[in-house]
Amino acid sequence: MNEYFEKQKELYGDNPGFDISELLSKPYDKTLAEKLYDPAKPMQNRITDIGPAHFFQFLPPVLKKNYGQWKYHEIVQPGVIKYTAESGDTVFAVRCASARLITTNLIREVAEIADKYCDGCVRWTTRNNIEFHVETEDKLRALLDDLKGRKFPGGSYKFPVGGTGASVTNIVHTQGWVHCHTPAIDASSVVKSVMDDLFEYFGSHKLPAQVRIALACCLNMCGAVHCSDIAILGVHRKPPLVEDERITGVCELPLAVAACPLGAIKPATVEINGEKKKTVRVNEDRCMFCGNCYTMCPAMPLADGQGDGVAILVGGKISNRISTPQFSKLVIPYIPSEPPRWQSTVKTIRNILEVYASNANKYERLGDWAARIGWERFFEKCNIPFTDKSIDDYRLAYDTYHTTTQFKWSVHTDNL
Amino acid sequence: MAEVKKHATPMCDELKKGSWPSFVDDIEQKGLAGKQECLDLLGQLELSFKHKETHWKHGGIVGVFGYGGGVIGRYSDAPEQFPSIAHFHTVRVNQPNGKFYSSAFLRKMCDIWDYRGSGMTNLHGSTGDLVMLGTKSDQLEPIFFDFTHQMSVDLGGSGSNLRTPECCMGKSRCEWACIDTQGIIYDLTQTFQDELHRPAFPYKFKFKSSGCPNDCVAAIARSDCSIIGTWRDEIRIDQAAVAAYMAGELKPNAGAHSDRDWGKFDIQKEVIDLCPTKCMWMEGKTLKIDNRECTRCMHCINVMPVALRPGVDTGATILMGAKAPILDGAQISTLVIPFIKMEPPYDEFKDFVGSIWDWWMEEGKNRERFGELLQRQSIQELLRRTGLKAIPQMVKEPRSNPYVFWSADEVEGGWKRDAAEFRKRHAA
Repeated sequence: MNEYFEKQKELYGDNPGFDISELLSKPYDKTLAEKLYDPAKPMQNRITDIGPAHFFQFLPPVLKKNYGQWKYHEIVQPGVIKYTAESGDTVFAVRCASARLITTNLIREVAEIADKYCDGCVRWTTRNNIEFHVETEDKLRALLDDLKGRKFPGGSYKFPVGGTGASVTNIVHTQGWVHCHTPAIDASSVVKSVMDDLFEYFGSHKLPAQVRIALACCLNMCGAVHCSDIAILGVHRKPPLVEDERITGVCELPLAVAACPLGAIKPATVEINGEKKKTVRVNEDRCMFCGNCYTMCPAMPLADGQGDGVAILVGGKISNRISTPQFSKLVIPYIPSEPPRWQSTVKTIRNILEVYASNANKYERLGDWAARIGWERFFEKCNIPFTDKSIDDYRLAYDTYHTTTQFKWSVHTDNL
Repeated sequence: MAEVKKHATPMCDELKKGSWPSFVDDIEQKGLAGKQECLDLLGQLELSFKHKETHWKHGGIVGVFGYGGGVIGRYSDAPEQFPSIAHFHTVRVNQPNGKFYSSAFLRKMCDIWDYRGSGMTNLHGSTGDLVMLGTKSDQLEPIFFDFTHQMSVDLGGSGSNLRTPECCMGKSRCEWACIDTQGIIYDLTQTFQDELHRPAFPYKFKFKSSGCPNDCVAAIARSDCSIIGTWRDEIRIDQAAVAAYMAGELKPNAGAHSDRDWGKFDIQKEVIDLCPTKCMWMEGKTLKIDNRECTRCMHCINVMPVALRPGVDTGATILMGAKAPILDGAQISTLVIPFIKMEPPYDEFKDFVGSIWDWWMEEGKNRERFGELLQRQSIQELLRRTGLKAIPQMVKEPRSNPYVFWSADEVEGGWKRDAAEFRKRHAA
């Protein structure tokens, strides 16, 4: 560790964020910014381009010591991973869920737990889990007991432990109605409802392999659901409204026209109160409801409570393990929005998960199972109606067509 | 404590039930302790539940002086009902690489956000930033001054910038990290601060780095430039540990399947037969691997982590162009550099990135991701722009159509031809 740290110091020691311990030891000064910032001289006292604080200073001591020298790991129980270093040092990482949308109250509570058990150190994972590190069995038991006892007033766990191995770990998701301007569905309430239902799978290792669920509340896919075992995607189904009266005031018409990947938006002129106004018209038969026009033009909203809802895609993966990374495939084109509990979506996901769990081989990811048995069998086994909406008709569609006499007999062919 | 007004939110309240952490309970508790923004946010969410539509307005350009990214404007479309969230802008703060924190860091961040923002956050945003949700326009400069002066922490990216680079936990805790993902991403973030803060690209650009092909940070699916650790020597084998797995003394896949009876561990069925290249076999009690045939998928290593480890001649595979569907459809990154050593100061890699950006800034259309340019102009153009050589590893299979774009200098005699001479040989 010392050699690595010395090298980092040599390379980056002059960066202001290399060691911020002294800054952090001072209490927050509420008045400092107003003293330093003068709107008339905006460059005065301005610090820019310093980047992030250097990561090494935040590592738990045992991780600093064994940086780059880890040897193997073992999941001792769901949510607890024991790492062993070349030096013989060991550390337990305890993984627990969070809602991602969290308040400073909860973060302060995490800091308090970190101080109590972990030398003040804590980590977040890519999938919104929180990881605490402890070095002894005693501390591990005490930490697990402590976490188990922390609940919100309504009774939900603040820090449920799990998310390792062949489980359903935390859902990667987006903002939804809580904070985004383009969503077709909410995010946090869907995630809460799905994970309440699948809670038993978060804290256990019962599945054939890990199942990664992700949610994106519109086709922009900030949640990157295009490579997930199960993807929950918000979709629009009505073409954009065009607000003729305000469109020239709020957007550049050529950009709105160019935004459409299918060329379905054309410039137009309309008469409003005897006055000619420039606007656009949408060839509604060509609209695929991607929402890119709305991203470029606020006067073309797509959101519609009746039209919007959930699409389910399955079988994607990111890992290169056994099979190559795969896209998620659309198996259910539409489920209506049902806030706050999204019961049809929840039921659909549990069904797919359980059919997969009882049929797939050990180590087999959902998409690998579906590919092995054939997608006709996937639809049959999951009792999902196959519709033309699952047949690609966009670019590269031909890549997904069946060009062989090899197929399986299934419910879809039984009554031909 | 400040007076606060709680809205009637029966549908939100339903989400306090159940076992999974309730964001509603968390936000409501924060609100009742004096943050009206939290209660107004739940009120507006209740309205969205009723209408099944969002109540946030489109856009609004706000920011801090000299930066073109890092702050996202957000305004409620029901400000009369929910005045405290009329402005509710987001500030993206660049996370430490690997997302390790000290309690002192978190507390100071909370102090700033309790004083100048709503007290609500996303840990973390999809790109990896610390996302501070909800503040007003007049607080943006003070927030920036607070983070830079009192924490030495900078903003992240947004808009047509380099977005905040992200990595897995790498060598800090993982035995499979073939590259120092945190060190690499820290260096790139510092090197490209100008690109991160000042929009000069056709659209967003993301770096993500994972230490091995398990790809825990989803680099291959979510970044324009995916830096993924690999090795080019031999998988290290501890034969005694192989025997221990076979004897049932060690748990397969590190215990990942512990809650179901899958029967006794069978190395033939669970490892050797599942190997995608069938490059492993048993000779008596010895596990053999033909490493030349291995594609480093990680399965055998994942199943027997005590027995098998990646090699020691390590570096990165570079893949380019992953993105979500808008506009041309989703892409997974395409392999361009099979192996590159990744040691500071990473000059060879940065030169490669420079040639990619020059190409994209010259030819990319407005809002065209790099992966879409690569599709539109071809791998051949990438080779011309970067000086890389064509290798079979770049494709799943050779092309099946014969439409080759020969250039004149590749064909004997070039393309200048004499029609009269042609007609001397062939009557018209």
